[in-house]
Amino acid sequence: MSILHVVNKTPYERSSLATATGMMKDSDTLLLIEDGVLGAIKAGTSASLLSGHKVSVLGPDLAARGISADKLADNVDIVDYAGFVDLVEANDKVQSWL
Amino acid sequence: MSETKKFMYVNRKPPYGTIYAWESLEVVLIGAAFEQEVSLAFMDDGVFQLVKNQDTAGIGMKNFSPTYAALGDYEVTKIYVEKESLEERGLSLEDLQHLVWEDEDEDWAEKDSIHLVTRSELADVFAGQDVFFNF
Repeated sequence: MSILHVVNKTPYERSSLATATGMMKDSDTLLLIEDGVLGAIKAGTSASLLSGHKVSVLGPDLAARGISADKLADNVDIVDYAGFVDLVEANDKVQSWL
Repeated sequence: MSETKKFMYVNRKPPYGTIYAWESLEVVLIGAAFEQEVSLAFMDDGVFQLVKNQDTAGIGMKNFSPTYAALGDYEVTKIYVEKESLEERGLSLEDLQHLVWEDEDEDWAEKDSIHLVTRSELADVFAGQDVFFNF
């Protein structure tokens, strides 16, 4: 069984990312969308929360915020909307941490 | 009788996830017409508002970031960016738009609008303000 954990809040104002990554099993995947993408910046203090996890981030939300791929943490995979759908399909359940 | 007050707009939210950043910009532009002494502070996630190369084509929202470059024309020339907030978020001044204004007293010389300040220096700026608007 696997869960896709979706986080759409900035990790610098809300605890959603810390809670989600703390709840992840090895088979789970994290998807960062909307303001959640800000947590994927490599040099940011929240990047350490991502290590050891399977992490995807929504490309259009990154582009809107002017964050280029080279600024992201190493283990982060950029997906488009179709990739978002693929992740939902590939996991048994979706948990959105609002 | 008119009295000039020092207005400080405090921006602490990232753009697009909520409407705060855009609303702040609208209020700043409206307020600029009333000839008050206006300053903007970008701290916490607010520093993300000024990141350059924003492209919102993929999310179906208006990219309002080019408007920051027009602030100088509205005599909004004091923009304070907090250094600690930038660093915590893995950003530096090079990641932000280069905002300038033209000084008519010095033959329209182009000057930087953005002042990179520490939290302690920003506290000094706050101490000299009359009114705060929070976004």
